[in-house]
Amino acid sequence: MSKSTFSSERKKTPRENWNFFIAFVRKEFYHIFRDRMSMLILLVMPILMLILFGYALNTEVKNSKIAVYDPSHDEVTRALVEKLQVNNYFVLHKMLKSPDEVDKCFKSGEVAMIIVFSENFYENLLHGGHAQIQLLADGSDPNTASTITTYATNIIAGYQQDLLKMDKIPYQITPEIKLLYNPSMVAAYNFVPGVMGMIILLICAMMTSVSIAREKENGTMEILLVSPMKPLYVILSKAVPYFFLSIVNLFTILVVSVFVMGVPIAGSFFWLIVLSLLYIFVSLALGLLISSVVNTQMAAMLISAMGLMMPVMLLSGMLFPSENMPVFLQLIGDTIPAKWYIEAVKKIMIKGLGVGAILNELAVLTVMAVALISISLRNFKIRLE
Amino acid sequence: MILKYLIEKEFKQIKRNKFLSRLVFIFPFMMLAILPQAANFEVKDINLCVIDNNHTTYSQRLVQKIAASDYFHITTISTDYRQALKSIELDKSDIILEIPGTFEQDLIRNQVANVMISANAVNGMKGGLGSSYLAGILAEYNSEIRVELMPSTPKLAQSGMEITKIFRFNPELKYKYMMVPAIMVMLLTMICGFLPAFNIVSEKENGTIEQMNVTPVNKFTLILSKLIPYWVIGFIVLTICFGVAWLFYGMWPKGSLLTIYLFASVFVLAFSGLGLIISNYAKTLQQAMFMAFFIIISFIFMSGLYTPVDNMPQWAQYISDISPLKYFIRVMRLVYLKGSSTADLIKPFLTLCGFALIFNTWAVLSYRKSSN
Repeated sequence: MSKSTFSSERKKTPRENWNFFIAFVRKEFYHIFRDRMSMLILLVMPILMLILFGYALNTEVKNSKIAVYDPSHDEVTRALVEKLQVNNYFVLHKMLKSPDEVDKCFKSGEVAMIIVFSENFYENLLHGGHAQIQLLADGSDPNTASTITTYATNIIAGYQQDLLKMDKIPYQITPEIKLLYNPSMVAAYNFVPGVMGMIILLICAMMTSVSIAREKENGTMEILLVSPMKPLYVILSKAVPYFFLSIVNLFTILVVSVFVMGVPIAGSFFWLIVLSLLYIFVSLALGLLISSVVNTQMAAMLISAMGLMMPVMLLSGMLFPSENMPVFLQLIGDTIPAKWYIEAVKKIMIKGLGVGAILNELAVLTVMAVALISISLRNFKIRLE
Repeated sequence: MILKYLIEKEFKQIKRNKFLSRLVFIFPFMMLAILPQAANFEVKDINLCVIDNNHTTYSQRLVQKIAASDYFHITTISTDYRQALKSIELDKSDIILEIPGTFEQDLIRNQVANVMISANAVNGMKGGLGSSYLAGILAEYNSEIRVELMPSTPKLAQSGMEITKIFRFNPELKYKYMMVPAIMVMLLTMICGFLPAFNIVSEKENGTIEQMNVTPVNKFTLILSKLIPYWVIGFIVLTICFGVAWLFYGMWPKGSLLTIYLFASVFVLAFSGLGLIISNYAKTLQQAMFMAFFIIISFIFMSGLYTPVDNMPQWAQYISDISPLKYFIRVMRLVYLKGSSTADLIKPFLTLCGFALIFNTWAVLSYRKSSN
């Protein structure tokens, strides 16, 4: 009602429209700057999250606690236990006195692996009997279990060769292992792009959807909509300040990941920025979409935080490789913008590939941006009539 | 007595909020049904690209042996390294195995042959584990050949120590067994952490908190009345979780349900206390949301849900020590997979009690009835 009366009164010049728009954007900036606490959270949170997760999300197994049951207690078993502790993979947590303690040790969750030697170990080894070592690993963490048993097996095998004192083993095939892109196996290389994708998406979507829902909840949305501005611009003016805020976030994230986390930007900086700006745009559009379907801040927050966080964390390939998932989850994952962004960032930032390698991702993100913007704008228009 | 009415009021508010009550029932169901299938970090189905420059029986036997293993799929056969690298760049393969042209000659005449393994280590876990699996197969093949070529090897060099690997509690190393109990804790955290955090603040924003403040109800009762509904919700969510885990994954705790409920009751108390602290300090709903979000997501990541706490640097481990999630996730996994009893878990229990006590005292103390 009110809208049609206003707009039919007089046609506004583009210049007036522009001034209105700028005024609305400024108003939105005031909102942000006034609430110091929220602004601080928005600017500092991404940095803290990146540092925290970049270091915490470490899949490299080290300092695993082990227990040893050694009934034989001879020089070989003692040397082996020593040998296991030399590099930082294992820490001897305790020596068990009887096999009955094995269960208890696992049940209190103290150790990740228990090594059990057979009796008269050295004797048997010398005389061709059964010198047995059992590696009992706690399978409740599968990757740690298989990693540490592999490590332990290698260490034991290495010791065995020392023991045999063979300088040259006949017919030896030696593998030369080369780790591409990430020679020192820094976990951050894998996780930083993921954390970037998650933080940008969550912050953008959360910020816009909550701020629009807030106007709705306080009833001020009505006031904005009866203003002479077209609803399209009202909504866009909400997104503009957050776009700038996200760019600030993007740069701090990049600075932190390069200078603090030591993750290099191997490829083109220009294309990384282009890609990220596109992604920020998609995330803001997603926020607009969320705010068009909810009416309260709480609902906006719950949808953008919980509803987005879980799928992004789990389905986007940020933590778990998407090729391991069942096909229907991979398909769901394909609809998450973060998945495409993270893939593309890995290609440009870590692998140092050219823009040719990410054309696919760029195209998908562009389509997503257009689709999200048009859907959310249509939704907003419906609400006005 | 007054507590009863206050609690009744809270429940009415929760029930009236359709979105909330639906969330409590549907969210756990959806998350638990879908997420464990996605949260799969198993390293298998590694795509291998083979460059066999040798083309002899020895090199072909090696390739066959690798193809026969569970871990590897040979997806690409390439002729030069450049082309193979391209397939890694396009994510078509994860590891390149290059067998040099002089492989057989080196092995038979010089007794030492090299092969090149180049792994994509962007995902360090996959690259590292994958290349060590490959090295393991290579070593096996190596000793096979050695026995063939020199049947008179000393016994010691052939067999030596027998190493057996046994994976307890999860012999097939299924990742979901690790994730399901932890996801339950995560759900409980999100529901019982977020909701109370918003409760008092939204009353502040609506102005209804004033009405509460001018009543003779004391702070303690007021906070208690806010806590108890979330406590009940926590139990409902947990019970739904048990059902879903059994229905979808056939998982039922090896230990006793009572142990889990006991821990959950303390954990939920601690976490909703934390939520209330946030809502006491936040002025607007937006602030409360951002704070709650940051705290919860940090706790989740630092808790060992995805990556073991032991792998973290020392300072990060100290941070994870103050996350109640860390203890509860550990307990859940222990009870679910290993059947630990309460007696085994006294330490985490006392720690959680400590958290509950500290958080809730703090919540009561930081609540201001009078405005200054």
